[in-house]
Amino acid sequence: MNFDFSDDQKMLKEQVRKFLTDKCPYTVPRRILNGDEPYAKEVWKGLVDMGLTGTAIPEAYGGLGLGALELCVIAEELGRAAAPVPFASSVYLASEAIKLFGTEKQKETWLPKLAAGEIIGTLALSEGTHAASPRNIATKFAGGKISGEKLPVPDGDVADVAVVVVNSGGSGDQAISLAIVDLKGAGVTREVLRTIDPTRSQARITFKDAPAELMGPAGQGWSQLSRVLDGAAVLFAFEQVGGSEAAIEMARDYSLERYAFGRQIGSYQAIKHKLADMYVKKELAKSNAYFGAMMLNDEGAELPEAAAASRIAGSDAYVFAAQESLQTHGGIGYTWEANTQFHYRRAKLLALVVGSTVQWKEKLAARLEAKNAA
Amino acid sequence: MDFNDTPEEAAYRAQVRAWLDKNATRRSEAKDAEQAKTLEELLKRSKEWQAKKAEAGYACITWPKEWGGGGGTTIQNVIYGQEEANYAVPGGVFAIGLGMCIPTLMTWGPEDAKQRYVKPAVRGDEIWCQLFSEPAGGSDVAGLRTRAEKDGDEWVINGQKVWTSGAHYCDYGIVLVRTDPTVPKHKGLTMFYIDMKSPGIEVRPIKQMSGDANFNEVFFTNVRVKDSQRLGKVGDGWKVALTTLMNERLAVGGSQGNADVAELIKLARDTEIDGKPAIANGAVRERIADWYVQAQGLKFTRFRTLTALSKGETPGPESSISKIIAAKKMQDLGSFGMDLQDMGGIIRDRKISAEEGAYTEQWLGAAGYRIAGGTDEILRNIVAERVLGMPQDVRVDKDLPFNQAPKGK
Repeated sequence: MNFDFSDDQKMLKEQVRKFLTDKCPYTVPRRILNGDEPYAKEVWKGLVDMGLTGTAIPEAYGGLGLGALELCVIAEELGRAAAPVPFASSVYLASEAIKLFGTEKQKETWLPKLAAGEIIGTLALSEGTHAASPRNIATKFAGGKISGEKLPVPDGDVADVAVVVVNSGGSGDQAISLAIVDLKGAGVTREVLRTIDPTRSQARITFKDAPAELMGPAGQGWSQLSRVLDGAAVLFAFEQVGGSEAAIEMARDYSLERYAFGRQIGSYQAIKHKLADMYVKKELAKSNAYFGAMMLNDEGAELPEAAAASRIAGSDAYVFAAQESLQTHGGIGYTWEANTQFHYRRAKLLALVVGSTVQWKEKLAARLEAKNAA
Repeated sequence: MDFNDTPEEAAYRAQVRAWLDKNATRRSEAKDAEQAKTLEELLKRSKEWQAKKAEAGYACITWPKEWGGGGGTTIQNVIYGQEEANYAVPGGVFAIGLGMCIPTLMTWGPEDAKQRYVKPAVRGDEIWCQLFSEPAGGSDVAGLRTRAEKDGDEWVINGQKVWTSGAHYCDYGIVLVRTDPTVPKHKGLTMFYIDMKSPGIEVRPIKQMSGDANFNEVFFTNVRVKDSQRLGKVGDGWKVALTTLMNERLAVGGSQGNADVAELIKLARDTEIDGKPAIANGAVRERIADWYVQAQGLKFTRFRTLTALSKGETPGPESSISKIIAAKKMQDLGSFGMDLQDMGGIIRDRKISAEEGAYTEQWLGAAGYRIAGGTDEILRNIVAERVLGMPQDVRVDKDLPFNQAPKGK
């Protein structure tokens, strides 16, 4: 039984944690929250300088040639710090999608730049306030051009390239393809959206006859997308575990220093049991995420179930930890000055960013139903 | 990351499997007729099996050989347990004695007592029980009131214990009693080991809410024990009891009931909601997903613990979450399985009820499981205090002499 990360992977995690502790204390997301910068450029540059944007990109395309497990430990630390950087969009979504499904030429064109952090990538899927499905993707691909509107697109305001989920004609799942679009090219307009978590930016992107290239043969997009989202769900689950730990620590520390009715509020069982529940959910999320990591790294047959379980447990743990951490702080936790808000906002953002748990639970139930077919 | 054994572990597993194949019947091949029908038969078979294991070094695998153990590692013990679970062997009656009582005796007992009792317990010749809980002391065990008074080189015990598993067939027990009610509650306790056949001990079974009787009340009326049967110093009983209790949660964990997610999916196919298969109902699907995620979370938390053991490390605190989740899940899933049977869920009959009544039985049983070996609430205190480092609740009786502390009836 070796269900743990290796010593090298743990060392990488420590390195990332040390960097983020030094360079990304809560004053950094606060600066992004209060100002107009889309993300913390100096933190991003630091991550790029450490080579982290190329972690899981093969050496042939300028990356470090490591695997999913290394990305997982990085993700956990980014989540812990609630780091305001476009890492997830560029790495878990765009780079992974291109690595998995791009043509040789597309990989040669985009991966070295993504690995080197010279450009930022993203995935454009959602088209408004409803869950995407093969039947409702309205962004059209025809004759090497796309037209339509995507929102919210994570880091869509700063991204240079997007993998766009498009309708390329045909019916059912076969109507969907993935297309690469150079967002600096013609026919692309963008607008920053007001969102629940201003420390991570989201945009509306309007495509009007924007030049686009399909990734692989037309009609494979929906299953390609499922695979990309499964991988991202696992990586986001590690961010959620890291975020949960930070929110729990914040609540614990406050409960020890705050006195009410003559004693530490952390000595009341109402608070202790709340924190115990936060811890229990976090550990369940972590254990599920570990299996997700293993399936992702091995391209295991159980990746879809493992990814769904990682996502459901991760979202549940982080949303609960962030909400109850703020609650534990009482009134001070609801002020603009308090740091509790970073996790309150980020937890809900992450719980929605690659699809809500409502969707993932249905996906999981369908898989289990098929698997347990009589 | 992988789930594979190390070469040493694989070799040990193969050795265990070969031994079990030779000495036991696989569950899949065991017939109903081979199940013990009476307590006497169960005890006889259990003792025979335990003796065989002891001879082969598979009883108390982690204990030193000079005490009758196997001289092995914790991960070997886990591997043996995993393998033995696939065979129809009698089990359970030695768990408390070997899991809790004998380790306490080995830590605190006088040398001659260790020489006399440890090996027979390992071989299964003698069975031990643990007498801590009382009507007045459950979660707050230290609030117990059973008295022991010194009389020459003997002590005279009067009082009542409760929830004593196996008291009706045990040979010996360890009993925690109050030897000084004039000092604060944790300071006035002392531990003894005791012959369960001593005059003045009366054992009465407790009928549980489920109708079963797995536990007992034990009454002490002028029961005499020698001072040489004392474990630890007079007044150190709480410290001694902690040795025992530390082992309890390891001994209790585990069970999640007989019906889990796979069974629930089957039931949801076979039952209907509004004329359509229940499995098509969103509320049912959400619960299936939620419990699957919990079950997987528990399984992989166990794997993380095993990994630490496999590396020879002490497992992290994550293992403490298991019973909090498992007991409640067992209750809720059982209850939901009954809901899916709709009005038929009222019936408690193996021949009629879905999954041979597994949902009903685990719903009934889980009510006890949420309490045994640490209630949900006590376990949350433990996570908060020992894992997260939060302070204990205020204890109003902490510094008061026990006989002046506030008490209920």
